[in-house]
Amino acid sequence: MATLKELAKQDELFSGGHRLCAGCGIPPIVRLVLRSANAPVVATTATGCLEVGTTIYPYTAWRIPWVHSAFENAAATISGIETAYRAFKKRGRIPQDKNIKFIAFGGDGGTYDIGLQALSGALERGHNFLYVCYDNGAYMNTGIQRSGATPFGAATTTSPAGDVIPGKQELKKDLTRIVVAHNVPYAAQGSPHNWADLSKKAEKALKVNGPSFLNVISPCPLGWYSKPEESIEAAKIAVDTCYWALYEVENGVLKINYKPKQKRPISDWLKMQGRFKHLLKPENKPLLDRMQQYIDTEWERLLSLEGKII
Amino acid sequence: MTTPAIKGQAGLTGNSAIAYGMKQINPDVCAAYPITPSTGIVEEFSGYVADGAVDTEFITVESEHSAMSACIGASAAGARVMTATSSQGLAYMWEMLYIASGMRLPIVLTDVNRALSAPINIHCDHSDSMGARDAGWIQLYSETVQEAYDNLLQAVRIAEHKDVMLPVMVCLDGFITSHAIENITLINDADVKEFIGEYQAAHPLLDTDNPVTYGAMTLPDTYMEFKHQQSKAIARSKDVVSEIGKEFGKKFGREYGLMEKYKLDDADAAIVILNSAAGTTKVAVDELRKAGKKVGILKPRLFRPLPYREIADALRNVKSVAVLDRVDSMNGFGGPLFNETRSALYELEKRPKVISRIFGLGGRDYKVKDAVQVFDELLKIADTGKVESLTKYIMNKES
Ligand SMILES: Cc1ncc(C[n+]2csc(CCOP(=O)(O)OP(=O)(O)O)c2C)c(N)n1
Repeated sequence: MATLKELAKQDELFSGGHRLCAGCGIPPIVRLVLRSANAPVVATTATGCLEVGTTIYPYTAWRIPWVHSAFENAAATISGIETAYRAFKKRGRIPQDKNIKFIAFGGDGGTYDIGLQALSGALERGHNFLYVCYDNGAYMNTGIQRSGATPFGAATTTSPAGDVIPGKQELKKDLTRIVVAHNVPYAAQGSPHNWADLSKKAEKALKVNGPSFLNVISPCPLGWYSKPEESIEAAKIAVDTCYWALYEVENGVLKINYKPKQKRPISDWLKMQGRFKHLLKPENKPLLDRMQQYIDTEWERLLSLEGKII
Repeated sequence: MTTPAIKGQAGLTGNSAIAYGMKQINPDVCAAYPITPSTGIVEEFSGYVADGAVDTEFITVESEHSAMSACIGASAAGARVMTATSSQGLAYMWEMLYIASGMRLPIVLTDVNRALSAPINIHCDHSDSMGARDAGWIQLYSETVQEAYDNLLQAVRIAEHKDVMLPVMVCLDGFITSHAIENITLINDADVKEFIGEYQAAHPLLDTDNPVTYGAMTLPDTYMEFKHQQSKAIARSKDVVSEIGKEFGKKFGREYGLMEKYKLDDADAAIVILNSAAGTTKVAVDELRKAGKKVGILKPRLFRPLPYREIADALRNVKSVAVLDRVDSMNGFGGPLFNETRSALYELEKRPKVISRIFGLGGRDYKVKDAVQVFDELLKIADTGKVESLTKYIMNKES
């Protein structure tokens, strides 16, 4: 694996000057993933913050071939590109020794929700590509609406904390498990605060033959009502509370990449974010307990699967 | 499955002829999803792939939305790309149709025309392709299996022409043309290969040494320039369609223009109609001509871009016109073909009377007697100058 020094020396494939917000988790994720490829990359991005913020015509932050076509179809679009590559290789229009990597980026809305069918289809067909979901927990680009990835209890613009309903009442969908159920060779969860772990995972994901998947937590100061300078800290605490577990499933075997010595209470993470403000009120203690219980159960489940073929 | 050896003359269904044309074209990538009545195309093409008769990479996508998305990805990557669908499938692609044309990707799609739900109906009408008429795709309509096959081969050239660079939709009637066997003349493989040539995209994504950004976001200061360029490109395609139709005629003996005029030159009354129903109408014209009635047909082949000047010119000396639409635009002013034909005629100083008739929805029969009835009505209008009913459904229900 490349050291941080080596990574820093590589050409920047995702340039600065884009219009993503200060403190946005997406740029460090994208830069790290692109630098882990060690080969030419062609990428696509679903409609969302990453796409809108990086390619306002006539500017582009992408120093690699890149295409955006729509919101729900990043996995289908990359399927087409990767298939064209195989067709060209077969027909001798691309040299046999040239090895291109294919990456689709999508937000949680474009991946957990509207893009799930296209993702499932592409995984099942076995295209050789990496899908990276940056999970900021809502449809941020359109103004913080709830998604299937929004945490329980969070206030969004379509699940506001009202007088009767205190934020989102449903638990988060476990997309990584859904992906794993497709028996892909590699799937993992990562976080931008742990660059070494994330870049190792990206390297592995881009090396396998077949589809691979990275689900990466991506702090969003605007939607989380958190401080931009605390984004990386917020990602770290999400991992230390076990809200966001760092694990990977390689050829079916589950490995937990990080186990906090002392699991922090979920309230440590919630209190950094205005979207959970109501959950910390005394009258909402039962909701907080429910969230903690859910996290504990999920963490226990993961521990019980450690080292097993799942 | 074994690949049938077809040479020269062959009795083929519309679907088989399209699949065979696709085999001869041997595109780099095909992404498709089954739907009646176009399923046969996808199945037969899968057979060609399985037998190694083509070396196309075939993506068995999980939906038509993904079919068009994968076509877009593959086309932007630099590949020659084809697909086929019908009805709900085309409707499901709708969002992506605009993106294919907006990104100027020369994808070729065969639409086997079928009615749109609800109520669900698998039979022919034109609500699918007419629903996509403003999606920025070039649309070619086909009366017969032969025309569908010939249009498909020409579509590749039209789409990839450097002055065009737009997707093309080849339309043929569900069941009536897709499932009926017709004796057609096939072009041999080598001639097809030579006619379509190689495709080299100008800015393929797979050229990683020269990275490009496709599908950037535009604001009000640039969006309109993109649309203006696109609009000019589709307008330019009209001449390209004519040129390639002529070249095809020279090489293979079947020349194609923007439209077919059937006994129209001296006609007093004319029916304007698309696809297979033009064939039925021709029989009515022949009968009426025998009885000395001056009737004729205008059958547009190219509907997008609409050759409005040529349409007006073709109908200049006719006294009355009925435009028959196999689709209703639901409380617009008649069907789309009527609407646009009538609008095209407005430029003439002396205009014929024009009426709208909706026929054949969801596979309802359209018979020679229906055409005769319309002509009778038109001849009366030609005589009296009076129109009794401007818009009407031809229900044609005997039982
Ligand atoms: C078919 C379709 N439906 C809705 C939209 C509007 N839309 C654009 S981006 C977006 C939300 C994106 O959310 P997510 O995928 O989580 O990415 P983020 O905005 O957080 O980057 C929505 C709803 C769209 N572009 N296309």
